[in-house]
Amino acid sequence: MRGALGIVATLLVLAGLDFALNRAINPYIFQIVMLCGINVILAVSLNLINGFTGQFSIGHAGFMALGAYGSAMFSLGIGGKWAAGLAAAGLPAPIATGVPLAVALVIGGLVAAIAGYLVGLPSLRLRGDYLAIVTLGFGEIIRVIITNVEWVGASRGLPGIPGWTSFFWVGVGVVGVVALSLNLANSTHGRALFAIRDDEVAAEALGVNTTGYKVLAFVIGSFFAGVAGGLFAHYLSYLNPNTFVFLKSIEVIAMVVLGGLGSVSGSVIAAIVLTVLPEVLRPVKEYRMVIYSLMLIVLMITRPQGLFGYRELRWPFRKAAPGTRT
Amino acid sequence: MTTGGPILRLDRVTMRFGGLKAISDLSFDVAPGELFGLIGPNGAGKTTAFNLITGVYAPTQGTITFEGTRLNGLRPSRIARAGVTRTFQNIRLFASRTCLDNVCIAAHMHSGAGLADAVLRTPRFARDEKRMRDEGRALLDLMGLLAWADTRAVDLPYGQQRRLEIARALAGKPRLLLLDEPAAGLNPQESDDLMHLMQSVRRDFKLTLLLIEHDMRVVMGICERIAVLDYGIKIAEGTPEEIRRNPKVIEAYLGEEVEADLGSGA
Repeated sequence: MRGALGIVATLLVLAGLDFALNRAINPYIFQIVMLCGINVILAVSLNLINGFTGQFSIGHAGFMALGAYGSAMFSLGIGGKWAAGLAAAGLPAPIATGVPLAVALVIGGLVAAIAGYLVGLPSLRLRGDYLAIVTLGFGEIIRVIITNVEWVGASRGLPGIPGWTSFFWVGVGVVGVVALSLNLANSTHGRALFAIRDDEVAAEALGVNTTGYKVLAFVIGSFFAGVAGGLFAHYLSYLNPNTFVFLKSIEVIAMVVLGGLGSVSGSVIAAIVLTVLPEVLRPVKEYRMVIYSLMLIVLMITRPQGLFGYRELRWPFRKAAPGTRT
Repeated sequence: MTTGGPILRLDRVTMRFGGLKAISDLSFDVAPGELFGLIGPNGAGKTTAFNLITGVYAPTQGTITFEGTRLNGLRPSRIARAGVTRTFQNIRLFASRTCLDNVCIAAHMHSGAGLADAVLRTPRFARDEKRMRDEGRALLDLMGLLAWADTRAVDLPYGQQRRLEIARALAGKPRLLLLDEPAAGLNPQESDDLMHLMQSVRRDFKLTLLLIEHDMRVVMGICERIAVLDYGIKIAEGTPEEIRRNPKVIEAYLGEEVEADLGSGA
């Protein structure tokens, strides 16, 4: 019951923020906010794979691409008709576009999740650098296929995707992936994932089905990467395969590592910092990326464990740990 | 379960790594409730035997049965669920997790709450978590680790890490517990305490213990039966008295060293 109330309250807050932000801030800042949200979803979902389970995946852009193109193809076909039908039936725009968008996001997520399952399978045998190479290859294969398939626009890209993504839906994605990650982390399943990261042999010897959990992490992580891709597609209304180059994966990895592997709040904050930073540095023009890279280097030297290490952000007035206060 | 039969049986088990025979034709039975010792010089194949029983390796030849079930080819997590857990010679704790979490991870296999329960925080999930934490705390208490419950495993003193390994293995509710040099690196007093504790644990939990140990004083003191390995071959099996007198054992392994050990350890 409390859970249902919490969900309703969260949705109301998001809808209210959606209404307010659209009016209160200028379009440039709004765009940065939206990209922050999408990057948070990407970083937190990759954190499930790289941070929680300790599998080094560098193909996250591939999953994002699958979600983006999967959801966009749905919207360009069926989804658009739904939206038109709902609008004709007299429903207000947020609902008429929200329903098909939600379906498109789930479809995008599922396409990515299926791919995550297929990539997760080799992870049963590979670890460390070897798995990284496999995921790297996977990401590139996805991109190259998209570049060559005429149906999805090939290298010209895919224009005309309905721009349905609103702050509300980005918020739903962010809250969804963060809540899921935190609930997972503080459960027996999350402990099993952390156990695999710390010592796979011991985890298996103590009854943790390491294979199942490694694949599970891949499936959940890639589902949300797909959702992020779907939000991205319906925000920019145009997709280009070159968005999903290897560098995009690296960008997400930088967020996870900078935030602290395994820390959900770390991933959130690092994703925001690394999205805002290049914008803040715009005045220095051509030195922008130099300074950006320098700041990354300095941050990693001073805090090699990431901003948050293993820890989560806590409210300072909350009880620190059970047993410390009597 | 086969009543009256051995809880664990190794039948002509051979393990080959390429050209190297780490274990050849190893057979022994462990009776339910027994405290069985496995000894031998360095590189004799003791840990390999543990790895075979727990499924880390599949034997090249021979069969391993636990309570009548063939273990060959089962993955380690299945074997753990069947009731066999272990500790590791080179401590393998979940370093970044707290002591309580370490113990709860081993209790995971008995958890009934599914993924959806965890994500949606259902009452079943809450019940299950509470039960695991309560049982975990009880085990930490038993091993004298309750004060460290919320300390990360990596921050624990060495002796406590060894104990945590045992607490964690017990949390899996095994019927057969494999201890790989649990007293390694402990001083004589600590290892005595640990062994007394293991004996009471064995009684209270109705456990069968299979023990690898280098400290002869410990092995001779508490094991009921002992098998001796040398170069992967079992050269003797019997009570501590029989092992002590066995000329092959003395020649292969004990020799003067045990005299020295017995002299200095007392």
